[in-house]
Amino acid sequence: MELIYFKNVYKQYKNGVNALVDVNLAIEKGDFVFVIGASGSGKSTLIKLLYREEKPTRGDVYIGGIKVSKLRNRKVYKLRRKLGIVFQDYKLLPKKTVYENVAFALLVYGLKETEIRKRVLKALDQVGLKGKYRSYPDQLSGGEQQRVSIARAIVNNPKVLICDEPTGNLDPETSKEIMDVIESINKEWGTTIIMATHDKDIVNRMKKRVLLLDKGMLVSNKEKGGYSK
Amino acid sequence: MKPIRIFFRSISEAFKSVFRNFSLSLASISCISITLILVAVSVILSYNVNSFTSDIEKDVTIVVFVDNTATSEESDLIGKTINNIANVTEVYFQSKQDIKADMEAESDTFEAILKEYDAETNPLQDTYLVKVSDIEKIGDTAKEIKKIEKVELVKYGEGMVEELVNIFDIVKNITYIVVVALIVVTAFLISNTIKITIQNRKREIEIMRLVGASNSYIKIPFFFEGIILGFLGTVLPILICCFGYAYLYDILGGKLFTEIIKLVNPDLIIYNIVLITLLIGVVVGALGSYRAVRRHLKI
Ligand SMILES: Nc1ncnc2c1ncn2[C@@H]1O[C@H](COP(=O)(O)OP(=O)(O)O)[C@@H](O)[C@H]1O
Ligand SMILES: [Mg+2]
Repeated sequence: MELIYFKNVYKQYKNGVNALVDVNLAIEKGDFVFVIGASGSGKSTLIKLLYREEKPTRGDVYIGGIKVSKLRNRKVYKLRRKLGIVFQDYKLLPKKTVYENVAFALLVYGLKETEIRKRVLKALDQVGLKGKYRSYPDQLSGGEQQRVSIARAIVNNPKVLICDEPTGNLDPETSKEIMDVIESINKEWGTTIIMATHDKDIVNRMKKRVLLLDKGMLVSNKEKGGYSK
Repeated sequence: MKPIRIFFRSISEAFKSVFRNFSLSLASISCISITLILVAVSVILSYNVNSFTSDIEKDVTIVVFVDNTATSEESDLIGKTINNIANVTEVYFQSKQDIKADMEAESDTFEAILKEYDAETNPLQDTYLVKVSDIEKIGDTAKEIKKIEKVELVKYGEGMVEELVNIFDIVKNITYIVVVALIVVTAFLISNTIKITIQNRKREIEIMRLVGASNSYIKIPFFFEGIILGFLGTVLPILICCFGYAYLYDILGGKLFTEIIKLVNPDLIIYNIVLITLLIGVVVGALGSYRAVRRHLKI
């Protein structure tokens, strides 16, 4: 069975905007998928349905057997523990060190300090930031901050890493480095990657599966696609 | 182990939060302290008022004068009838001879006057002293006694006693209202403090949600924070009231102005006061944070 599965998914926001229209798709375990489209085409909405920030108006979303679309609010945390989520704006806590920011994700599970330490250092190693674990976010470059947020997203060893424009605030060179980190997680950890982006260069260069959204409709679903039609 | 670790992490988060917003916390703690000082003072007062009223209630006596034409059988019957009235707890007979002897012993003037009379001509009256259980029904009881054959006069300091009891009741009720109002205000203040904490930690809460913290894991530290604020607010009131009252009791020698108004011994009530103060502080803290979490932590 597919890890991620959208069945006739519609999303209409309260203001009447149809952000997604009859979206059907399936993503296998270990896949690397780009979600592309113009601004306002529904990329973030699709991402939000995955981590149950929004519920579909109609249709169903499944992740690893969990019917995310019907998940009760109280139970959302169970889904989130199986996911890692990365945003354009990093969402780091400015008063916590790199180490504390990454450990934050495990503290809420109630893990032992030694276990937390082991996993945090492993995640920081994976993103190439082991040497900076004592720094504070404002002492780091944008690319480094994004690495911290990726480390936090993978520290719980998630099945799926969801990224919404992770390179949106970064220059091309740094973006490339971030993409290398994400690709290494996909390759080395077998983590499924779903990444929304409007960065044509990245998509064209990486030759991964591409989902193209246009006004909320999934208009193209190509293996090893590019941005240009 | 997991729940225990999470429990201690919640408490330590809550403590950190109290000290992170220290000026705000201090405002809440001061307000709780003021409220609880008032609460504790009113509790001390009401203990004393209660003890004082029950003292005077014990002293209140209906004096029943028996008509001089009554025979001794009739007089005995009066005593038995009074004893059968439900509200009556104690009946004590004083014959006119006893009273005469008492009065003669009391002063020379009385003795000079009363010497003129012998047992037959004694102008005094046989008397029953009656104690009642329910002071508020003393008027009715007196009326009932008055109806008995050969009872001439019934006296009990009409009105005065009931009035005093009434005044104490009113004072008590006003105190309750003031205390309840203060508690409500304090709960709102704590609620507001927690609300501001929640707003300050919006980002942290958002991230906690994202990384898979359960709703209770996110909410519980805020409850603890309210409880900690409430608890810290009890420290000063408990110290002030316990030491202050013990000190007052000592320098006043256990009484207020006169021997009639005896103060309650601090040793007897201090534990209760500590307990009441702690309980109110903690409950108010919990209620305040509950409200803030319900209204401002929508997750
Ligand atoms: N919370 C919201 N309420 C109302 N409309 C929204 C909301 N979020 C997004 N939209 C609208 O839905 C459409 C798709 O938005 P979004 O999924 O953010 O697109 P993208 O990420 O591709 O730019 C846009 O028209 C946007 O204005
Ligand atoms: Mg977007």
